[in-house]
Amino acid sequence: MTTSVSQALRSPTQHALEDPFWVRSLLIFVSIAFLALLLVMPLAVVLFEALRNGIGAYLASFQDPAGWHAIKLTLIAAGLSLPLNLVFGIAAAWCITKFDFPGKSVLIAIIDLPFAVSPIVSGLLFVLIFGMHGWVGHWLTDHGVKVIFAIPGIVLATVFVTFPFVARELIPLMQEQGSEEELAALSLGANGFQTFLRVTLPNIKWALLYGVILSNARAMGEFGAVSVVSGHIRGKTNTLPLHIEILYNEYNVNATFAMASLLCLLGLVTLAVKTFLEWKVQEQLNRTLEYSPTHEPTTAEVKA
Amino acid sequence: MSIAVRNISKSFGAYTALKNVSLDVKDGELLALLGPSGSGKTTLLRIIAGLDQPDANADSAVLFHGEDVAHRRVGERRVGFVFQHYALFKHMSVFENIAFGLRVRPKSERPSKHVIRDKVTELLRLIQLEALGNRYPWQLSGGQRQRVALARALAIEPKVLLLDEPFGALDAKVRQGLRAWLRRLHDKLHMTTILVTHDQEEALEVSERVVVMNQACIEQVGTPEEVFHNPSTEFVMEFLGCVNVFHGRVEGGKVHLGGTATALGGSTSSSSEKANLYVRPHELEIERRRNGSVSLPATVKRIHPAGSFAKVLLEDAEGRKIQVDLPFGQLEELALRVEETVFVIPKKFRTFGEEYSI
Repeated sequence: MTTSVSQALRSPTQHALEDPFWVRSLLIFVSIAFLALLLVMPLAVVLFEALRNGIGAYLASFQDPAGWHAIKLTLIAAGLSLPLNLVFGIAAAWCITKFDFPGKSVLIAIIDLPFAVSPIVSGLLFVLIFGMHGWVGHWLTDHGVKVIFAIPGIVLATVFVTFPFVARELIPLMQEQGSEEELAALSLGANGFQTFLRVTLPNIKWALLYGVILSNARAMGEFGAVSVVSGHIRGKTNTLPLHIEILYNEYNVNATFAMASLLCLLGLVTLAVKTFLEWKVQEQLNRTLEYSPTHEPTTAEVKA
Repeated sequence: MSIAVRNISKSFGAYTALKNVSLDVKDGELLALLGPSGSGKTTLLRIIAGLDQPDANADSAVLFHGEDVAHRRVGERRVGFVFQHYALFKHMSVFENIAFGLRVRPKSERPSKHVIRDKVTELLRLIQLEALGNRYPWQLSGGQRQRVALARALAIEPKVLLLDEPFGALDAKVRQGLRAWLRRLHDKLHMTTILVTHDQEEALEVSERVVVMNQACIEQVGTPEEVFHNPSTEFVMEFLGCVNVFHGRVEGGKVHLGGTATALGGSTSSSSEKANLYVRPHELEIERRRNGSVSLPATVKRIHPAGSFAKVLLEDAEGRKIQVDLPFGQLEELALRVEETVFVIPKKFRTFGEEYSI
């Protein structure tokens, strides 16, 4: 009895939450093993295979004009979908967080549609609409516009699968921030554009960048939807992921992994930028919370 | 600048925030809109500012100096609006916050950099934060933030200052200080100012006239003295300070309460009527013996001696609570004990709408 009481006094309450040593070790081991097997090892394999025949062979794989074209096409698709996503993302987040209108909940649900639908299906949707036998396909062909098996289709499919990212990132932040600052700016005589540029944009810039980075990574790596609409025409409508598949199917191991290493590099860069932005977004959110009316600054803050 | 509000209604879906409200604000006066939350006071302020639109109605209007401003947007009305939660621009320094209204002017009207700097410096001095121009809003205390918000509103040289619960989020001590400061500021600037508050003490202390609002309507408009001493409705009586309600009867020039009766001074109607007698705590006296005047037996429950007078809480035979405010001298003289039965004597009471003195 006395021992248990003295033990309870000695051990703070958090001991109740602490697992035994063997449980902790097991959990840590399992997670690390999983990461190593499924993430680190494949990444290492890609780089190893790409460089297996020496750096010269690695660089030589980039001399293939079809490969270059795929890289260019990927950059074009990502570059075009980026501004579209930016405009759509800000517009959607703005109207969802700043106004009330009928059908708002429907819009919120629909924004997530690309996440819910399989990319293959979204690709097929575009074929059904814009393809030769699609709803508007005939009309487009008559006017000399080619969407499916051409660049416009690839851009459309890319935009479709990436458009939720920016809006999804902005909505919670803008909801947290409310619209009082915008009202204040308007009452001080600013017009709508000035209000957006000087008040709204600085408040959401990190979250916006975060959304852009995520949607860019997805745009460059998208396979399924683009695969359906592109038609896999080598040197014409192949994006980087599609080109990699072709190389792989042709047993061109060296070139496959050289191209794949590019996408891996993109992934790593995205990861690094994403981590930095996450930290910035959190800081911005904390500032919003700190700034809440009930918060009084600490002495350290006042002295700063 | 004078402001007139005519027949303004506003509903949000099924909820009515304002019901056909009309109000006149005189040039240069400090007017308080006072009421409980949900009474429509903030909605009225936002409609005056142009932040909300009133329900469409042919004879409704908001007039600034006699001119209808319905078509003018908030930025064109030249109103200085101060929000309850400050709404300072988080990413801008104090200086930039105050300069904002000048910097966003169209190029032809925008003052030069020099003029802006002088103007902001002058405003920083006015709000006594000269040294803090480079700070960011999150580095300021609540009271400092609210002063910055006020300076930012003043920078555009508004014709009207509209304050929406400006001190609502601050603690009691800071509120006291800012209230006195606002009053001095108004004496200096003489700008037409409308202050929204749910704090009756704040409204009575700061403003020249008080508009008491309840359930989307205006209950009474008057000076602080008028609304406090001559409330025109039960609501105003109860909202402005403590009040005891006794269920009595007024009949034949006499008031009957708890089996006792007293003749009333002044002319009275001869008809008999049941009446709720409203008596403020300081209008009650406590006696050990019945002295022939109208009185009610009650048991002493608690005595709070902390404050500028002593608060005595009692209960009558039916368990209804009564509060009496006694000067300390009288409290000592009486030497009240808890659970003792005494007699409570109203010196003055009011039924709506007549006032009687005994």
